[in-house]
Amino acid sequence: MKYIDEFRDGELARGLSEAIRREARPDRRYHFMEFCGGHTHAISRYGVADLLPDNVEMIHGPGCPVCVLPIGRVDQAIRLALDNDVILCAYGDCLRVPASGGLSLLRAKASGGDIRMVYSSADAVELARQHPDRQVAFFAIGFETTTPPTAVAIKQALALGLKNFSVLCCHVLTPPAMMAILNAPERIAIEGFVGPAHVSTVIGSRPYEPFAQQYGKPVVIAGFEPLDVLQAIRMLVRQVNDGRAEVENEFTRAVDRDGNRKAQALVDEVFELREIFEWRGLGVLPNSALRLRPAFAEFDAELRFGSAYQPVDDHKSCECAAILRGLKRPTECKLFGNVCTPENPVGSCMVSSEGACAAHYTYGRYRDA
Amino acid sequence: MGATAMRDYSRPLDLKNGRVEMAHGAGGRAMAHLIEALFARRLDNEWLAQGDDGAVLPAPGAGRLVMATDSHVVSPLFFPGGDIGCLAVHGTINDVAVMGARPLWLSAAFILEEGFPLGDLARIVDSMALAAKEAGVPVVTGDTKVVERGKGDGVFITTTGVGILPAARELSGRRARPGDAILVSGTLGDHGMAIMAGRDSLGFESPILSDTAALHGLIDALHECGAELHVLRDPTRGGLATTLNEIARQSGVGMLLQEKAMPINPLVAAACEFLGLDPLYVANEGKLVAICAENDALALLAALRAHPLGVHAAIIGSVHEDPNHFVQMATTLGGKRIVDWLTGDQLPRIC
Repeated sequence: MKYIDEFRDGELARGLSEAIRREARPDRRYHFMEFCGGHTHAISRYGVADLLPDNVEMIHGPGCPVCVLPIGRVDQAIRLALDNDVILCAYGDCLRVPASGGLSLLRAKASGGDIRMVYSSADAVELARQHPDRQVAFFAIGFETTTPPTAVAIKQALALGLKNFSVLCCHVLTPPAMMAILNAPERIAIEGFVGPAHVSTVIGSRPYEPFAQQYGKPVVIAGFEPLDVLQAIRMLVRQVNDGRAEVENEFTRAVDRDGNRKAQALVDEVFELREIFEWRGLGVLPNSALRLRPAFAEFDAELRFGSAYQPVDDHKSCECAAILRGLKRPTECKLFGNVCTPENPVGSCMVSSEGACAAHYTYGRYRDA
Repeated sequence: MGATAMRDYSRPLDLKNGRVEMAHGAGGRAMAHLIEALFARRLDNEWLAQGDDGAVLPAPGAGRLVMATDSHVVSPLFFPGGDIGCLAVHGTINDVAVMGARPLWLSAAFILEEGFPLGDLARIVDSMALAAKEAGVPVVTGDTKVVERGKGDGVFITTTGVGILPAARELSGRRARPGDAILVSGTLGDHGMAIMAGRDSLGFESPILSDTAALHGLIDALHECGAELHVLRDPTRGGLATTLNEIARQSGVGMLLQEKAMPINPLVAAACEFLGLDPLYVANEGKLVAICAENDALALLAALRAHPLGVHAAIIGSVHEDPNHFVQMATTLGGKRIVDWLTGDQLPRIC
C-alpha cells in the first residue's frame, strides 16, 4: 500500500529504535504519555514497545473516544432507542460500551431498539431522509476529529428542512483533558506527550503551547503510523535531554500551527462550550465539551426528547478511571482478564482496541505470561 | 385406441415477474411445480430425479464417511465474484474436503421469504448447479420451506455434504505439533471485503472479488505431494486469526506468524486500512490453512503453488510449545503482538 507501508518499514524502525537507545541516557527513566487511542492502538498493534529501551516507558492516555464516555451518556442513547422509538445511529466503537442494567447499545438492539451502526454522520442524515415518519438521532461522540462532520450533518439537516433528525451531542475537547491530567492531585511522572494526530489536523499545534510554556511539558504531535510514533519518542527524548519544553510537530504532512480553519469555523458556528461535562475517569471538567448553539437547538436530541444526563457510578472494582489518567496499568485492575474481557467489558477501556485495557489484552498479554 | 399423453397444462413459472408465495411451501401443486420447474431441472442428476423423500446412494466400498453441514446467510445475496448459491456448494464441499475426505454428495435445504423474486431464485439455483457440476459433487436431495414476508432475508440455504475418507488418512485440528510449518493457500480477506463492498450502506466501490471456490481439487494435490499433513482448515468466518486460534487451542500449542509473509491483495489491504479492519479477521471462502511437518513445508508450498487456486500460497509461520496457546506475530516493524480471537463482530474504529 503506497504511502502506508513506508510508515511501517521494519528497516527504518530498527534505525529509529537504535537511535532512541543511543540517545536515551542510561542513568534516567523517561515516561511519555501518548494521549490518543490511535497511538495506543499503533503501539500495541505493531509491537512498538518491543523497540524501546527499558528506561523509555509509554503511558496510555485518555484520548479514546469511547473510553471517556460515562455510563450515563450511553444510557441516554439507549433510552432514546427503547423509550422514544428513535432510530439511534452510532459509530461502531460505541456499540459495545457497557451501560446501566447490563445493557449496551448492542444489547439494546437485541431487545428491540432500532440501533444502527453508521460510518459517518452523513449516513444518519440520509436515514432521516429515507424515514420521514421516524425520528432519527445521531449519537455524536468523539474529540475534535469527529466534531466537524457532526456540524456538517446538522447544517445539512437544516438545509433539507428535516424535522426528524437530531443529535445527542457528546463531543469533547482534547486540551482540557490534557490539562486535567497535569492538574490532577495524584501527580504522575510524565515528562512529555505524544500529541494527537487527527485531532491536530483540525485544531493545529497552537492549542498545545500552554502545556510546553506553562507546565514545562514537551509535546510532539505525531501521526498514527508506527514510524511516526517512534520518531516522536526520539524527539521527546531529545527535548528532555536538552532540558527543552516545546511543541514540536512530527506530523508535518498533515498538521500545521493553525489547523483547519474552515472546520474550526464550522464547529464554532454550530457548537458552543458546555459549562461542565462529566468524563469517565477524569470527572467533571469545566469547558471541556460542546453542545449545540441556540440557533440549532431544534436538532438537539436532549431538548427534543427531554433527555437529561444522569451520572452513574462505575463498577466499584473497575480501575478505568485510574487507567485513563495513567495512574494504573491495565494489569493492576482486579477485574482485568477475568471478570472484564473484550467479550464482556466491565469498563470502557476494555471496549475499543484503542482503549488501554483492550489493547493490552488483545495484543500484549503474552508479556504477562 | 391406446391412451395418449395429456397435453401439459401446467403454466410455466414466471421468472420475470413472479415471486415466492406462501403456496410455494404449502405442499400442494404450487410447491411441486416450483421444485420441478426451478430446482430439479437445474440441479438435475439421477438421484434427485428419483423424486423420493431421500436419495438412495451406493454404499462406499472402503474408508470412513465424513459428513458436514453449513447454513448460508449472506447479505447481499449476489456479491462481486459469486452469490449465495455457489457459496452454499463451495462452503460445504470445503468442510468435507479439509477433513481429508473426497466429497461425494450434497443436500440442500432452502428457506425462502415470501415475495422473493423467482428470477433471483433461479439465478441462485443456476449458480449452485454450475458450482456442483464443476466440482463433480451433485445435490442429491433437498427441501424447500417458505416463511412469511419479513421473517427471512430473501433466501437461506443449508447444505450438507457427505464424503469418503481413506483409511490411513488422519487430519484434525488436534494434530498441530511444535516445529510444524503453517501455510496458507493464497491472499487473505478477499471474500469478506467483497461482501462489505457489495453492501450499499458503505457507499464503497471496489474491484475486489470473493474468492469463493471448491478446494477439494487443491487438497487432492496436497495429499498427492506426499507431505506429512497434520491439519487442514478453511479460514471462513473470523478469518485466519480465528482459525489459527481454534487450532492452537485444540492442539494445545502456540504459534508464531510472520506479518511480512502474509499474502494480502493490496486492494484488500487498502480497503481494510480505510475501514479500520484487520484482514486477518476477514472471511475467506476459497482459502486453506495447512499445517505440516517442518521438513515438508517446501514440498507442500510447491504443490500449492502448482495449482491454480494456490498460486499465492505462502509459509506464514510455525507451531511452538506454549502453555497459553497464544498465536503471536512478529510484526513488519520488528515488534511482537498477539493475534487474538475475534471479539464479537469486527467494528470499525472512530479515529
